[in-house]
Amino acid sequence: MKRFEFVIEWALLLCALLSIGTTAGIIVVLAVETFAFLREVPITDFLFGTEWTPLFATPSFGVLPLVAGTILVSAIAMAVALPMGLLSAIYLSEYAPRGVRRAIKPILEILAGVPTVVYGYFALLFVTPILQQFIPGLAGFNALGPGIVMGIMILPLVSSLSEDAMQGVPRGLREGAYALGATRMQTSLRVVLPAAFSGITAAFILAASRAIGETMIVAIAAGQQPRLTANPLVPVETMTAYIVQVSLGDTPQGTLEYRTIFAVGMLLFLGTFGLNLVSAWLRERYREEYT
Amino acid sequence: MTRRLLDLGFQALALLILLLALGSLAALIADVWADGASRLSWSFLTGFPSRRAADAGIYHALSGSVFVILVTGALAVPIGVASAIYLEEYGRRNFLSRIIEINITNLAAVPSIIYGLLGLGLFVRAMDMGRSVMAGASTLALLVLPVVILATREALRAVPSSIREGSYALGATKWQTIWFQVLPVALPGILTGMILALSRAIGETAPLISIGALTFVAFAPDSIWSPFTVLPIQIFNWVSRPQVEFQANAAAGILVLLSLLLTMNAAAIWLRDRYQKKLS
Repeated sequence: MKRFEFVIEWALLLCALLSIGTTAGIIVVLAVETFAFLREVPITDFLFGTEWTPLFATPSFGVLPLVAGTILVSAIAMAVALPMGLLSAIYLSEYAPRGVRRAIKPILEILAGVPTVVYGYFALLFVTPILQQFIPGLAGFNALGPGIVMGIMILPLVSSLSEDAMQGVPRGLREGAYALGATRMQTSLRVVLPAAFSGITAAFILAASRAIGETMIVAIAAGQQPRLTANPLVPVETMTAYIVQVSLGDTPQGTLEYRTIFAVGMLLFLGTFGLNLVSAWLRERYREEYT
Repeated sequence: MTRRLLDLGFQALALLILLLALGSLAALIADVWADGASRLSWSFLTGFPSRRAADAGIYHALSGSVFVILVTGALAVPIGVASAIYLEEYGRRNFLSRIIEINITNLAAVPSIIYGLLGLGLFVRAMDMGRSVMAGASTLALLVLPVVILATREALRAVPSSIREGSYALGATKWQTIWFQVLPVALPGILTGMILALSRAIGETAPLISIGALTFVAFAPDSIWSPFTVLPIQIFNWVSRPQVEFQANAAAGILVLLSLLLTMNAAAIWLRDRYQKKLS
């Protein structure tokens, strides 16, 4: 009996350790191929080169155009998701009657659960054609349409995490503000928002990390032309879209081209991992502030 | 007075923005419906891919999706539930479980395409599974594992400790208590988490593309070692073509995918409601 209990506990622990194994696996797989890649391409050429043409006869491996494309689309997404998500959160947390909140939150959850390939379709065939009527120079593939749609996709994340942070602010602070004659807007903007600041920042950073790692929307609607530009009207390629592009072809294992996707993946992993850590640290902090 | 007006204006603005966000969901569904509803038919559901858009169907992709999801669930659920039991019932405060917890939170935020690269390097190449259902399902299982673990932990935490204490008082061992008392009570919560995890997996495209699940597979998979394609990849393939007819197929495929997801979510909500009533 004792022995059985002992075996069970170890078996359960083994399962729990699989998650550590997953992280280790990601790092090992990415690192092995990235080092093999860097043996042939100097790291400075990779990180600071301004031309990404790995499929050409005379290839060039400067990752900056992919990074620029990623940042451009993510920045547009954040410009949509931050103000909208924050205002939604303020409404849901400070204004909405309970019934309205209960009705709206599941719809936001559905918005968050729509598969990204569906958002890609929406960006390419609905949002971009509409934008083209207002912006004459807009290409069929561009950074603007997918950026906006990606913003809609991460909006529920921004909204629900910010709302959680605002709900964590003690009632006493709000009541103090009301007692001094403040309106709900003044209370929300000058008392609740600053008090929930670290939690809201954590939400923004997590949303940025989600935008950077988002794949299908940009693979479908942003085009596949790596280009060092800040112009949202022309086709660009993100790091994630490049990985998809190469994966769709039949690339033999061990070639330099095969290794590029792991090198790009490594960069993507390090970037999002760093953001996630900062976000987790901030969330930990606001939890401590009010408990 | 102006302060009150300002407050009212601000409230109206915030509500408007929120409705705009919800409106985009309506626009999305209306758009897809307008483009794809006319393609929905029995022969679309039971047909195979074709060079002519009007003859093409999704049977191969739909059965691929269902097959992959079932294998994913079979892999992720037992491991995820076991991990959650360890973290919640055994290693509650020790250093190791703290590390595991932080790690799981981080894993939940790793981009899905990175899991695809892990699957490509580990399952497809190193373990030589090839581009099979097994490789795809293993990749997705790792991807949804954090979801299963977090949901199960929440369900376990909601079980009143009096149930555990009663069981111990009757002389049950720890595992007997968990197996016969705690798990049955937590089951609806665990099932809800499982459905949410699988509905995440069924919509995933990027990790399966990067392990090399292909679009020209014209047959339904018949074993876990066969090559496969899934519905989102088929949709991606159709969206990427310039012809309007194929894009209509993509829209019809999206409608099927969304209704599948809606069904799964409704089941999860139904379970959650039932569960809440029972405990209160």
